Amino acid sequence: MPLAEVGITVLWIFLYGYLIVASIDFGAGFYAYYGKVIGIESVIGPVISRYLSPVWEVTNVFLVFFFVGIVGFFPDTAYYFGTALLIPGSVALILLAVRGSFYAFANYGAKKSNLYLLAYGATGLLIPAALSTVFTISEGGFLSVSANTVTLLMEELFFSAYSWAVVLLAISSVLFISSTFLTYYADHAEDKRALEWLRSFALWGGVPTIISSLFVFIALRNHNLEHFDNMVRLWWMFGLSLVSFAIAIWLIWRRKNYGTAFVMVMLQFAFAFFGYGMSHLPYLLYPHLMLVNSVTNQTMGRALVVAFVAGLLLLIPSLVLLLRLFLFNAKYVKGETS
Amino acid sequence: MNALDWSRGLTEMTLAFHILFATVGVGIPIFISIAEWIGIRKNDPHYSLMARRWTRGFVITVAVGVVTGTCIGLLLSLLWPEFMRFAGNVVSLPLFLETFAFFFEAIFLGIYLYTWNRFSNPYIHWLLTLPIVIGASASALFITMVNAFMNTPQGFTLEEGRLTNLDPIAAMFNPAMPSKVAHVLSSAYLTAAFLLAMIAAFAMLRGRDNEYNKKSIRLNMMTGLILAAATILIGDSSAVFLAEAQPEKLAAAEWHFETSSRAPLIIGGKLNPDTNEVTGAITIPWALSLLATHHPNGTVVGLNEFPKDEWPPLYVHYLFDAMVGIGFYLLAIPILFLFMTLAKRWNAYNRWMLAGIVAGGPFSLFAIELGWFYAEVGRQPWILRGYMRVSDAATTNPHVGITFWLFAALYLLLGIVCLLVLSRLFRNKPAELELEERRVIL
Ligand code: HDD
Ligand code: HEM
Ligand code: HEM
Repeated sequence: MPLAEVGITVLWIFLYGYLIVASIDFGAGFYAYYGKVIGIESVIGPVISRYLSPVWEVTNVFLVFFFVGIVGFFPDTAYYFGTALLIPGSVALILLAVRGSFYAFANYGAKKSNLYLLAYGATGLLIPAALSTVFTISEGGFLSVSANTVTLLMEELFFSAYSWAVVLLAISSVLFISSTFLTYYADHAEDKRALEWLRSFALWGGVPTIISSLFVFIALRNHNLEHFDNMVRLWWMFGLSLVSFAIAIWLIWRRKNYGTAFVMVMLQFAFAFFGYGMSHLPYLLYPHLMLVNSVTNQTMGRALVVAFVAGLLLLIPSLVLLLRLFLFNAKYVKGETS
Repeated sequence: MNALDWSRGLTEMTLAFHILFATVGVGIPIFISIAEWIGIRKNDPHYSLMARRWTRGFVITVAVGVVTGTCIGLLLSLLWPEFMRFAGNVVSLPLFLETFAFFFEAIFLGIYLYTWNRFSNPYIHWLLTLPIVIGASASALFITMVNAFMNTPQGFTLEEGRLTNLDPIAAMFNPAMPSKVAHVLSSAYLTAAFLLAMIAAFAMLRGRDNEYNKKSIRLNMMTGLILAAATILIGDSSAVFLAEAQPEKLAAAEWHFETSSRAPLIIGGKLNPDTNEVTGAITIPWALSLLATHHPNGTVVGLNEFPKDEWPPLYVHYLFDAMVGIGFYLLAIPILFLFMTLAKRWNAYNRWMLAGIVAGGPFSLFAIELGWFYAEVGRQPWILRGYMRVSDAATTNPHVGITFWLFAALYLLLGIVCLLVLSRLFRNKPAELELEERRVIL
């Protein structure tokens, strides 16, 4: 496989990883707040915090890995996206910073307050919305590029149907992924009451996810026909995604195999995400940046790939250890050990 | 102010804020590891409690370190797109490796925090500190490699604006790397020793005169002595390195204009900007030559060898002097403390000694800031010495001013809340109380 494809595949896999773990985290923030509003905080709160506490920093590193990696493999992206995304990027950063640090403050330091819960819940929805603008911009039409600068056309972005469709999809996906995972976790923890609530969140969360993804398809057709045609050519990926979704909902509805249901949700998003990514190529940014002309030199590329493989050898056993201790350890999940 | 000035301001502010937490993040894990180990070996609950309490404070600072570090990581692309596009071709390898170090540390920190009572053999829990120590120090190693590259770029050839002959390994192992990495690491450990001693000394000053605090001070002063000596020695080798490879930076710090042998060392003083004459300074003959070349007759290159538009701002002289001054202060305090402990005639925990130790905490953090501002401002006007000026690297986006204020508000908020949380953490639950309860922590 050529270097450029290796690079983008690696990065896309990590971005997918971030999509899953961060969605669980972001959605949990929303449910924690919503739970407080409807008065079931003590029911779902413990389930959420037991899962989140040990892993929040790991979640953040997935994102860091992606943006450091993309500048490494495709240095030109730093120029285009870097110049254009100053404002949305900074807003997302500030939200992330507030969320991450306040999570730690509340969890390891002070008592939780209402304000904190509100911030935690609100940032959980705002961050995905802010981050999703990167996808929107990559479709082209939102940047004006001249000889020495790149400008983001804020107005176009704001009044674009596509851009809002993506935001909707991002938010509803976050809520859906999170609720299906927490359903599984609550079941694992044998926490019946939390399970019932989270299960109903999961079932209801599925509806807007599907509607908004249809909406994205339609809006993309109007916005970037070339990409849309590429997607249609990969129809089977999106078909498999839909099938996985149906199985997941069916399982949750029948109250069985919540673990398998969550795996199906992961597959649903894997098919859709990789289908989207593959059909986006050969462009990284329509129509300015192509995968092949923006890739770094061979020497650096090879060094990065070697570093990546070595890094994985270190990471995978550590991650497995983390998951075994906290995700698959029945005693911990039930809150019986410290 | 234009986009360039705002970008500089935002970079300075972000780095100056991050580096405090990053330094704590690099330094503290070693001490947690040492304390937990002694606690298990000697079966001494005081040391075990130290490890737990330090860990709790540590998590808070790590959180701020992580979020501000994430900010810098992305801001580098947002504010210096030209630099990243160019340098990304040569030094993205250490940046990429750094993320693996973060991953490694983050995973084991998560495990460490929630497994205090999980293992029947306490050494297994202690073993978990090792990947945290390694991960934190490796983060510092890799990022400092990038920074060293900015000072002495190598590993590529520039032909008509295009990069050829790339060698990422040579870029990582550039001439500035060894002394810089060593000094950054030793100063981070030193800072951690003084911060931890500060907490205990402060508690003793508030009347909590007990064995727990004394043990903490003893441990940290002993390691502090070694680390202060190491930091000064390595700082000296940094100066020797500068004299050889980046003479304008050293010359700016020493107000040394004419190339000469037997150069005197100038401490403090006032510079006349028109004539470059120095008044009111302490002058030590030959000392600069000794410092820079380890020989009284050694030749030290002066600033006049460089075109004026490549001179760094000359105020770095004060930054350098203050850093060195603090360095000797941080050496003197542990020496004095050990002397008093050994010569049993005095009480080593008297008020003045304790106050001196407390002051060491903020002083060492201050030295970190001074050192970095010296190193970075001393590199001006270059962002990539000899290749790219800061002014050519900045973003052209006109809205940096707004982002500057947004981030300023963010750091203000984080700084205040972090201090509040930390002080509440230690005040609401003094060590004595906790020793009594001895329940599950965290
Ligand atoms: C507790 C902190 C601390 C203390 C006590 C000292 N330093 Fe330092 N110094 C640093 C913390 C630091 C630093 C923050 O780690 C820097 C900033 C950039 C770097 O590479 O290290 C630094 C940079 C730095 C540089 C510039 C290196 C470069 O740009 O390549 C020199 C020449 C020295 N130091 C020399 C000294 C000397 C001779 C000291 C003797 C007393 C000393 N430092 C004490
Ligand atoms: C954490 C340690 C670092 C600190 C505390 C630090 C601090 C600073 C400071 C204070 C300046 C301002 C100099 C001036 O007055 O103009 C500066 C400049 C700069 N530094 Fe560093 N630096 C660090 C490491 C790095 C690294 C590793 C990089 C790059 C990967 C970097 C990138 C820059 C850039 C792009 C500038 C130019 C902006 C300017 O001149 O103001 N810094 N840094
Ligand atoms: C311009 C320079 C720097 C950049 C771009 C940078 C980048 C980052 C990033 C992205 C993180 C967050 C990692 C995470 O998500 O876990 C971070 C945290 C951290 N950085 Fe920096 N950093 C810089 C300077 C430094 C320096 C000079 C040091 C050490 C002396 C350092 C040490 C750390 C540490 C210890 C953390 C906390 C992470 C942890 O403890 O897990 N950084 N930095």
